[in-house]
Amino acid sequence: MSDRSQTLAKVLETIAPFNKKGVEVTEATRFAQDLEWDSLTVLDFVANIEDEFDVIISMNMQAEIESVGQLVDALEKLKA
Amino acid sequence: MTDLFSKFDPLIEQRDTLLKTGVTDPFNLVMERVESPTVAICNGKRTILLGTYNYMGMTFDPDVIAAGQTALEEFGSGTTGSRVLNGTYVGHRACEEALCDFYAMDHAMVFSTGYQANLGIISTIAGKDDYIILDIDSHASIYDGCALGNAQIVPFRHNDIDALEKRLKRVPDGAGKLVVLEGVYSMLGDIAPLKEMIAVSKANGAMVLVDEAHSMGFIGERGRGVAEAQGVIDDVDFIVGTFSKSVGTVGGFCVSNHPKFEILRLVCRPYVFTASLPPSVVATAATSIRKLMDSAGKREHLWENSKRLHAGLRQLGFTLGTDEPQSAIIAVIMPDLEAGAAMWEALLNEGLYVNLARPPATPAGMTLLRCSLCALHSEEQVGEILGMFAAAGRATGCIS
Repeated sequence: MSDRSQTLAKVLETIAPFNKKGVEVTEATRFAQDLEWDSLTVLDFVANIEDEFDVIISMNMQAEIESVGQLVDALEKLKA
Repeated sequence: MTDLFSKFDPLIEQRDTLLKTGVTDPFNLVMERVESPTVAICNGKRTILLGTYNYMGMTFDPDVIAAGQTALEEFGSGTTGSRVLNGTYVGHRACEEALCDFYAMDHAMVFSTGYQANLGIISTIAGKDDYIILDIDSHASIYDGCALGNAQIVPFRHNDIDALEKRLKRVPDGAGKLVVLEGVYSMLGDIAPLKEMIAVSKANGAMVLVDEAHSMGFIGERGRGVAEAQGVIDDVDFIVGTFSKSVGTVGGFCVSNHPKFEILRLVCRPYVFTASLPPSVVATAATSIRKLMDSAGKREHLWENSKRLHAGLRQLGFTLGTDEPQSAIIAVIMPDLEAGAAMWEALLNEGLYVNLARPPATPAGMTLLRCSLCALHSEEQVGEILGMFAAAGRATGCIS
């Protein structure tokens, strides 16, 4: 498995407990529109991602991240 | 043409739906006369004020009013200028000296509002490539200060010491760090574990700003706030506060011992590019601040009021924001906006004013009836207030 697909797998795993609506998640899935997360859910999810990858995802960066794929790209960049 | 106002449609609709139920608009109340810090006339009716932040009841203090009148006559109605041009009068300096004495700090900078104090200090000291680590429940003025600047913004879960520490440790080496905390969080009236949070911040090389807007004058032995009460005020780099609560007028400030603090007067845009406070306002503020230093008796009575209201409301069956009273704010949690608005109106009809607070100002989408007590509420008034809550709660079905 490539680094990117490993990152994607981890992200999907982290999304699962927050996916209360049981939406089918792909790289194109958007956090606000498709998963319908409120700000507190986002905070908890981001905290879990930060712990998992040992990075900081600032609000400035979050503003640029709308979809699962964009999050994976951002994480790849942060890890590099 | 795209109507730029169409983005407000959901809010307009929510508001229309609420008002169609016939409830009085909770965000459009007019105080027709104000008799004292605790009583006003609203819709022709005598109303006890329980949502003013006028914690120490200084708004009608005879010394404060006299100082304002004298300054109004001697210095005129306004300065018509920026603090760095023609807008610094002796009164502004005297007000800053009063703040230095009140907090026992070297420097004080007075802004035209508390909002501008946070806006100015935060946006100016945290620049590009610096990190601001802040509590998720921070006041709008703190978030707006972050938005005005260029720093990286990192929120952490409310009052969570571990979450703060984890984020501090992940900030890249060499980046500047500013931790922003509040002494009292105004929505639920809970206080921060400043002792632990400041220790963690210092251990990780961060500067610390504490907003003590809702604790000044009341919490701590000398009324300096939660940081004083927890014995860590000497480790705070910047305290931000307001004149529109315990001080009883309007304006904001920042106090600090930082040796280079004074340079902010030249580089802080919300300080430079706005008119300074009117002479009468800084005169009332300075007088009030000096009187607050010596108000231990009033502080004690305010604690008694808060404890009594908290216990009484719990006994009636209301759900409150904190298990114990931690400040002069007691938040009653309502099931939803409709119930909150109905209860708010029922209380007003009984002759009691409280704040109706709703998202996005509130955490976790809560609707709150927020009560803030005053040191000048008498024991009888607190009894009256509890009677009104009982009647309104039963009339609206909020309690049985």
